[in-house]
Amino acid sequence: MESRIKKLSEQMASGQISCLELTKAYLEAMEKDNQKINAYVRFTPETALETAKRVDRKIASGEPLLPLEGIPMTLKDNISTKGIETTCCSKILTGYVPIYDATVWELLQKQNAVLLGKTNMDEFAMGSSCETSCFGGALNPHDTSRVAGGSSGGVASAVGGNLAVYGLGSDTGGSIRQPASFCGLTGLKPTYGAVSRYGLIAYASSFDQIGPITQNVEDAAIVYDTISVYDEKDSTSRGKVNAPVCESLKNSIKGRKIGIAKEYFNGIRDDVNSAIQNAIKVFESLGAQIVYFDMPSLKYSLPVYYILACAEASSNLGRYDGIRYGYKTAHYADRNEMVCKTRNEGFGKEVKRRILLGTYVLSAGYYDAYYKKAQNLRGELIKAFEDAFQKCDVMLAPTVPMTAFPLNFTAKDAVETYQTDICTVPVNIAGLPAVSIPCGFDTAGLPIGMQLIGNRFCEATILNIAHQYEIATDGQMFRTAEMGVKL
Amino acid sequence: MTKYELVCGLETHIELATKTKIFCSCTTEFGGEPNTHCCPICIGLPGTLPKLNKRVVEYAILAGLATNCEISRISKMDRKNYVYPDLPKAYQISQYDMPLCKNGWVELSNGRKIRLTRIHIEEDAGKLVHQRSNTYVDYNRGGVPLIEIVSEPDIRSIDEAKEYLEKLQLIMRFIGVSDCKMQEGSMRCDVNISVRPVGSEEFGTRTEIKNMNSFAHMAKAMDYEINRQIDLLESGEQVVQETRRYNEEEESTESMRGKEDAHDYRYFREPDLVTIQVSEEMISELKKKLPELPQQKAKRYMEELGLPEADALLLTQYRRISEYFEAAIKGVKNPKTVANCIIGQMFSRLEGEGAKENFSVKVTPENLNALVRLLDEGKIRMNLLKATLEKMLDTGKKPSELISESDMGGLDPDALRAACEQAISANQNAVSDYLGGKEKALKAILGTVMKATRGKADAIEAEKLLVQLIKK
Repeated sequence: MESRIKKLSEQMASGQISCLELTKAYLEAMEKDNQKINAYVRFTPETALETAKRVDRKIASGEPLLPLEGIPMTLKDNISTKGIETTCCSKILTGYVPIYDATVWELLQKQNAVLLGKTNMDEFAMGSSCETSCFGGALNPHDTSRVAGGSSGGVASAVGGNLAVYGLGSDTGGSIRQPASFCGLTGLKPTYGAVSRYGLIAYASSFDQIGPITQNVEDAAIVYDTISVYDEKDSTSRGKVNAPVCESLKNSIKGRKIGIAKEYFNGIRDDVNSAIQNAIKVFESLGAQIVYFDMPSLKYSLPVYYILACAEASSNLGRYDGIRYGYKTAHYADRNEMVCKTRNEGFGKEVKRRILLGTYVLSAGYYDAYYKKAQNLRGELIKAFEDAFQKCDVMLAPTVPMTAFPLNFTAKDAVETYQTDICTVPVNIAGLPAVSIPCGFDTAGLPIGMQLIGNRFCEATILNIAHQYEIATDGQMFRTAEMGVKL
Repeated sequence: MTKYELVCGLETHIELATKTKIFCSCTTEFGGEPNTHCCPICIGLPGTLPKLNKRVVEYAILAGLATNCEISRISKMDRKNYVYPDLPKAYQISQYDMPLCKNGWVELSNGRKIRLTRIHIEEDAGKLVHQRSNTYVDYNRGGVPLIEIVSEPDIRSIDEAKEYLEKLQLIMRFIGVSDCKMQEGSMRCDVNISVRPVGSEEFGTRTEIKNMNSFAHMAKAMDYEINRQIDLLESGEQVVQETRRYNEEEESTESMRGKEDAHDYRYFREPDLVTIQVSEEMISELKKKLPELPQQKAKRYMEELGLPEADALLLTQYRRISEYFEAAIKGVKNPKTVANCIIGQMFSRLEGEGAKENFSVKVTPENLNALVRLLDEGKIRMNLLKATLEKMLDTGKKPSELISESDMGGLDPDALRAACEQAISANQNAVSDYLGGKEKALKAILGTVMKATRGKADAIEAEKLLVQLIKK
């Protein structure tokens, strides 16, 4: 499974293709195919072409290219881009143009990354299907009658549909890994603090983390190495604590202990389970040792996640009042009515539901029963993972209990939808890194994903094991979709 | 009629004098064109994150050390959620259950200690500007660091409340953490008031008067509120727990919101900031930085320099004055002389508290010191000192530029005797009056001596000599 980023970079350096040609190929494919999958909500051809020309000048001058230089990519629409509208796919941020860049985007601009456009997402990253977007959901490039997943559905749809080489999403409860799983891609949710959150429009601050969605593990490693930098603007940032992850991808995984907590497999679909059992055989054939144990506290994950994330969201989203930026209601009698109507008209149903939930669990009289109890259980879960990593190097689990939902599946029952996050939320609660990679297909040909979970700042270990799996399965778990750029 | 006593506690907000705001690097300077001291962080743009200014933590710890507080080794920031246009994030980053400082006290002149529950740090909000029919928001003040000092309900009179607030003001100015200007809003307080029959141990129902911005208003508001509560109780009614505001025009207090409308701030830990850890080293470094506090200074002035209490208190009222005084007394025999110069002649030229605080006078402490030394060395007399000081205050000149050699040095005994004899013969009426029992008549004769010697005569010596000569 070769790195797409490396291949394109080499082709540009050797003059096989210019950056401008490459960029134009993507922009043209976007014009043609984006309407099929609704991955992008905004194209940025001017900045893309301008950067491409700059890269070509650099190539012409004989300077070596940086790893991500000239590679066409996309950003989820909750990552702030100076001068480019950033809306979180919410009506309430219509017309909001940031006056500063997110730190990750600053880092990528230093590498002359070619930004093709901003991609679709569930409104304020709240959802599992991308369908709460005010622009309508992004569709699955493998089957457009199904969702791309969420909340970073647009990034997964674009990368899976060959409309971007890679993209940055954000993962609060699975929002990178779940759409990566649904679209048959690699999605890395880094350790909390590894990547700066400065400029990421907050959903739940103590859970949010930016990470890459790519077509293979090495690409994810290259992007991760570029963006995991300490940032003094984010007090919770620590950056890369260990050596660059790219250096250890080729290591043998012989003797590595892969832990399996049976609670992760409760209620997962049979075809998902058997795909993972097959993967276990691959890992064993590579010399890894499988260890089984119980993690009873995992059962608290969903309530803990939804209580704490909604509590933080209710506070983070208080600022959208129509006074300073974004959407403002047209008719109102006084300030109070203006704020109420703006929020009522500007937020979608799922966002309102989570603001209400979060406000409720923080209210006097309910705080102890919900918020405080959930905080305590968060501590227990962190402890349970610490114990687990005494027994193993990484943990293996399904990413989602099923494959991509049909359209409108999530609209029927909020609680049932929340339950599909069961496998992804634990690492966000504990602040751990996890990577989802494809490990098979269901009978309809839809990708199945599995995740490798690491200890804090052990991105190198999970990516190494994921990469070795990719090689052992000869890249057969990745299938390209029949659309977009073919290069 | 039952006698009532006041039970009162204050919540005092003080703006810290750090150069930059609490969570970003914008200036904290007062004023400026609206919304020019702002950045994406302090106007709460989506995606921005706060970064705690270390200086704010240091200043708050200094304030805690100066008011006898325990300093928390581990502390954290919390979000206080409420909606108002001057609060751009819809939450204020403050401290809820783990304040930086706690359990301190401030001692009043009557010896009573007002206990401090806590001191915590937080960000200030912006302000609304009403112009014609529109309301605008100015975020310049948004994110300016504040400390909130919460006292226990230990205050028992309006005078105690005023003195407590004055003491806080004095201490904070002395340690340099705030200018505490009530008129500019860098110090403001909320007053919690209840009354109870004298001798009762239970607290009555309290009300809170918000946002007092001057000592005078606070005294008037308290006076009104105490009487309102007593009247209610006397007529068999009950005090309602509520938040009230002071109406300047009516000089009364009026209800803002009742208990049932009290905000539910939904406090929770600020996830964007990490735990604040205060090391022993940091505390000991800050202790070293802590200057001698006004109360200790005043005590030292009384005990070591022999100043009367009134003088000691006046000289320790502002840091600049005490620094000036201490520079001016170096090597002088009697510090009281210097104190008199400052309190008598210099203060009379300074109008208002602001002028005293700045203490900008044309005379350097070195020049005042030189002048007083001339007196110590017997080269000039007190009246010449006073006259010269006035000239120095006008011109900023050195004493040596204003006093000629011939003015210096006293009169020799012969000249003094001659002047006295002349004065006696020129004032025969006064002499007989004096001999007839009118002691005051001597002053007229003395006046002639001083006039004739152009103030060079030592008045005490001259008076002695006059009595001698007359009685002869």
